[in-house]
Amino acid sequence: MVRYRPEGLEDTFQEAPEAPVAVPSIGFVGWLRWMWRQLTSMRVALLLLMLLAVAAVPGAMFPQRAQDETKVAQYLVDHATAGPWLDRLGFFDVYASVWFSAIYILLFVSLVGCILPRTKVHLTAVRGRPPRTPRRFTRFPAQGEGVSDDEPEAVVRTAATVLRRPWLPLWPRYRVDVREESSGTWSVSAERGYLRETGNLLFHLALVGLLVSVATGQLLHYRGQAIVVQGDGFANAVVDYDTFEQGTAFRPSSLIPFTMQLDDFESSFDPVTLNPRDFTAHVTLDVPGEDPAKKTIKVNHPLDVGGAKVYLQGNGYAPDIEVHDAEGNLATDGPVPFIPQNQQYTSRGVIKVPDVSGDQDQIGVVGYLLPTAQQVDASTWQSIYPQPGNPLLVLTVWHGNLGLDTGVPQNVYELDESRMTQSVDDNGAPITLYVKQGETVDLPDGLGTLTFKGLPRYVALDLRHDPALGFVLVFAILAFVGLATSLFAPRRRIWLRATAQDGRTVVTAAGLARGDDVGLQPELDRILAATLPDQPISTQETP
Amino acid sequence: MTTGDLSTLLVWAAATSFTVALIAYAIDLARIVDQAQSREPAAVPVGARGPVSAVAGSADEAAPSRSLRAEGIARSTHYLGVALLFGGIVLRGVAAGRWPTANMYEFTLVGVFVATLVLAIMQRRRIIPFISVIVLGMAVLSLALALLVFYVQAEAVQPALQSYWLVIHVGVAITATGIFTVAFAASVLQVLRDGRENDHSHLVAPWSRADGLRRSLEGWAVTGRRFAWLEQVPDARRLEAMAFRLNAVGFVLWTFTLIGGAIWAEHAWGRYWGWDPKEIGTFVAWVVYAAYLHARTTRGWNGRRAAYFVFVGYAVVLANFTVINLFVTGKHSYSGI
Repeated sequence: MVRYRPEGLEDTFQEAPEAPVAVPSIGFVGWLRWMWRQLTSMRVALLLLMLLAVAAVPGAMFPQRAQDETKVAQYLVDHATAGPWLDRLGFFDVYASVWFSAIYILLFVSLVGCILPRTKVHLTAVRGRPPRTPRRFTRFPAQGEGVSDDEPEAVVRTAATVLRRPWLPLWPRYRVDVREESSGTWSVSAERGYLRETGNLLFHLALVGLLVSVATGQLLHYRGQAIVVQGDGFANAVVDYDTFEQGTAFRPSSLIPFTMQLDDFESSFDPVTLNPRDFTAHVTLDVPGEDPAKKTIKVNHPLDVGGAKVYLQGNGYAPDIEVHDAEGNLATDGPVPFIPQNQQYTSRGVIKVPDVSGDQDQIGVVGYLLPTAQQVDASTWQSIYPQPGNPLLVLTVWHGNLGLDTGVPQNVYELDESRMTQSVDDNGAPITLYVKQGETVDLPDGLGTLTFKGLPRYVALDLRHDPALGFVLVFAILAFVGLATSLFAPRRRIWLRATAQDGRTVVTAAGLARGDDVGLQPELDRILAATLPDQPISTQETP
Repeated sequence: MTTGDLSTLLVWAAATSFTVALIAYAIDLARIVDQAQSREPAAVPVGARGPVSAVAGSADEAAPSRSLRAEGIARSTHYLGVALLFGGIVLRGVAAGRWPTANMYEFTLVGVFVATLVLAIMQRRRIIPFISVIVLGMAVLSLALALLVFYVQAEAVQPALQSYWLVIHVGVAITATGIFTVAFAASVLQVLRDGRENDHSHLVAPWSRADGLRRSLEGWAVTGRRFAWLEQVPDARRLEAMAFRLNAVGFVLWTFTLIGGAIWAEHAWGRYWGWDPKEIGTFVAWVVYAAYLHARTTRGWNGRRAAYFVFVGYAVVLANFTVINLFVTGKHSYSGI
C-alpha cells in the first residue's frame, strides 16, 4: 500500500515512523524533491494560511482601486510621501498584488501537491481490507474484555455481524475482515468513516474548483452601468453604458441585444425616519424574437435577461429642463440626472449648456433639487421629504467656457469653473434662482431663460453577466458538504480477538479513532454488549 | 408601554439576571480557588496519568469543595437570563415586524443569547465555573454595550435587507459567533491548565531586560498557588477536545455564513465577492480558523499552540463585528449608529 502522508501530519492511523528526510546528496533533482516535500508539508501550509490572513488585512485598511478609485486618489493627495510608495507596493490593489497572488498560488500548489497523493492513498484504502488486528491492545485508547461459552469463531462471526449492521439501509456501518490467526484464535478487524477522509479531500478539491471557476468568470464576465430616465430606454450594447467593464476573454458578441425601457419607478419611505422601505422599477423588456414583456426590478430581486442579471442599484430625480439662449433659440432640452445627497433626496446636479448660438458664452448651471421644499428663512430652503411634494430648484449660474473641447474627460456631475464666471448681483454676492416646477425664469446677465418642465425619476441599473456563476455555487456547496463531513463523520477502527482458554473463550477488544472521539468507548461497549449478551464486560478508556 | 419598550425592559432584566449568575459563578470559582490553595502544596499530581478512568474527570473528587448554593443560584439565574433574553428578542422582532437581526443592537442580543444557551447546554451535567465566568462576563459586558451604545429604535429595514437571507446569513453568523465565544473560553482554560500540567510558566524564569515587571507579576504564574484551582478542572486534553468540537461547529457555520453571504451579495449587490471590509474580516477569520484546524493535526503545533490560533481567530471575529461596523465604511454598514 502506498504510504503517503504530508510531512508533519499527525495521524493516529499511520504509525509508521517518520522516514528521516534524506539529506539531498543527489544534486539538483534531490533539491527539487526536497523543496517540493517542504512546500507540501503541513507546516508550510500552516505558514501560508497565516500569511494569507495577514496579507488580506491591508485591503480593509487602505482604500482599494477596485472599490473606490476616488478615495485612492484622495489618499494619494493626503499622504504625499507614503502614498506613492504604498501604491508601488500594491497596497491600493491588494487582491491583485504580486505578494497576495504569490501567497494564494503557493497555497493552492501546496494543497494540490498534498491532496492528490492523499486521494490516491484513499482510493487504495477504500478498496482494500481493514488493517490487521494488532498483536497487543494495551496501547489503544479504548479497550474492553469479556468471556463467552461459545467457540471463538462463533463469537467473532457474531461480532462481525454486529459491526456490519447498517446505519442506513444498504450502507454497512463498518467494513469488516475476519481472520483465523492461529488455531483457536480468531479476530475481526473493522473500520468505519472512510467518509471523513472523502469529505476532507472533497473539500480541498472543491476549493481548487472554486478558484478555477472564479478565475474563469473573471475572464469572461462583463458588467455595465447605465442611468435610465423614466420614459427612456437603453440597449444592451457597449456604447449604451455609462461605464463598462469586461474580462480579458470577453467578446462583444456575447452581449444579448435586448432593449429595456423604464416605464415607472415607485419608492416608499418611512414617514417618521425617512428610511427607504421599497424601490420598484417597472420596465418593458424587449428581447429579439420575443414579445415585449412588462417586468419589475427591485433591490434583492434582479431581473434575469438571457443569462445576465440587471440590478437596481440607485435612483433619483432628473429634472426636465429647457434652456433658451439670449437670442431665444432652444439650447438644451431634456432631463438632467441629479445625485441624491441625503435622506430627503436633496440632490445636486449640473446643467451644461454648450450649444448656444453665435458668439455667446456657454452656460453652466449648478444647483440643488429639493423634492419637497420648505422655506426656513428669507434665503434658505430645505427638503423635508424624499417624495416630490413641492419640487424646487435652487440654482446659481456661470458663463464662459465649459471646457468640453479641451480633450480632458469631464465628470458630468461637476462643473469645471476654471474658465467660467459666476453671475453676481450688485453687492458681488452670487445670484440664486428659485424655480418651481412649471416655472420659467430669466437667467442673470441676460443669458436667456430656463424652464423647469417636469420631474421624471431615473434609476441606476447595473447589468452583469458571469457565465461561471453556476460553477462557483456548485463548488462552494461541495466544499461545504465536504467540510461538514470531514469534521463530523467519525473515523474509527475496532478490533476484537477471541481466544480459547481453559475451556472458555476470552474476548478482548480495542478501538482507535482519528482525532479525539468521545463516542469511541461507548461504541466499543455497545459492540461488546451485543456480541456477548448476558456476560459481564469490563471496559476502560485510557487517555 | 409599547412592545419595543417591553423588549428593552426584558433585555435589561436579562442583563441583571446574568450579572447575578456571574457573581454566583465567581463565588463558586472563588470557593474552589480557596479550597485548592488551602490544600496546596500537599498534593499536586502534576501530569499524573494512570489507568484511572478519566471519563469522570479529576473534579468529581473535588465535588465537596464547591459551593452548591452558589451553583444553584448561578444555574437558575443563568437559565432565567436566557429565557428573559429570548423574550426580549422575540418582542423586538414583533415590534419591528421582521426578523430581529438587522443592526448591531439586535446582533449583539442574539449573539449573547446563543453563547449563553450553548454554555447552559454544555454545562447541563457539570459546571465549569471558569468558563462560565468568562462567557457570562462577556455576555453582561456585551448586553450593557448593546443597550447603552448600539441601541436603535425598532423599525422595518431598508430594501437591501428585505430578504430571507437576513434570517439565514445573519442568523448563522451570530450563532457561529456565540459558539466561538464559548470555544474561546474553553481554549483559555486549556492553555492555563496545560501550563499547570507541564509545570511551565513564562513568569518563573527571569526575563533579561524587564525582570522587574516579571517579578511584580510572579504571583500570577500559572504554576503558583493562585492557580491551584486548575487542578480541579478537566485536563487539557479534554478541554482541547471540548474547544475543538465547538470550534468545528462554529467553523462549519462560519463557512456557511461566507457562502450564504456570497449568494445574498449576488442578489443584492450584483457580485458574490467584492472584498468589502466585512467580507475581508470574515475571510480572515475563516482562514485563521482553518489554520487552527490544520495546526491541530500538525506535529509540534497541536495542543497548546493550536489554542493560540483560536485566540487570534476569535480576536478577528470580534474586530470584524466591532471595528469594521463602527469605524470602517463599507456595504455592511448597518449598525444604525
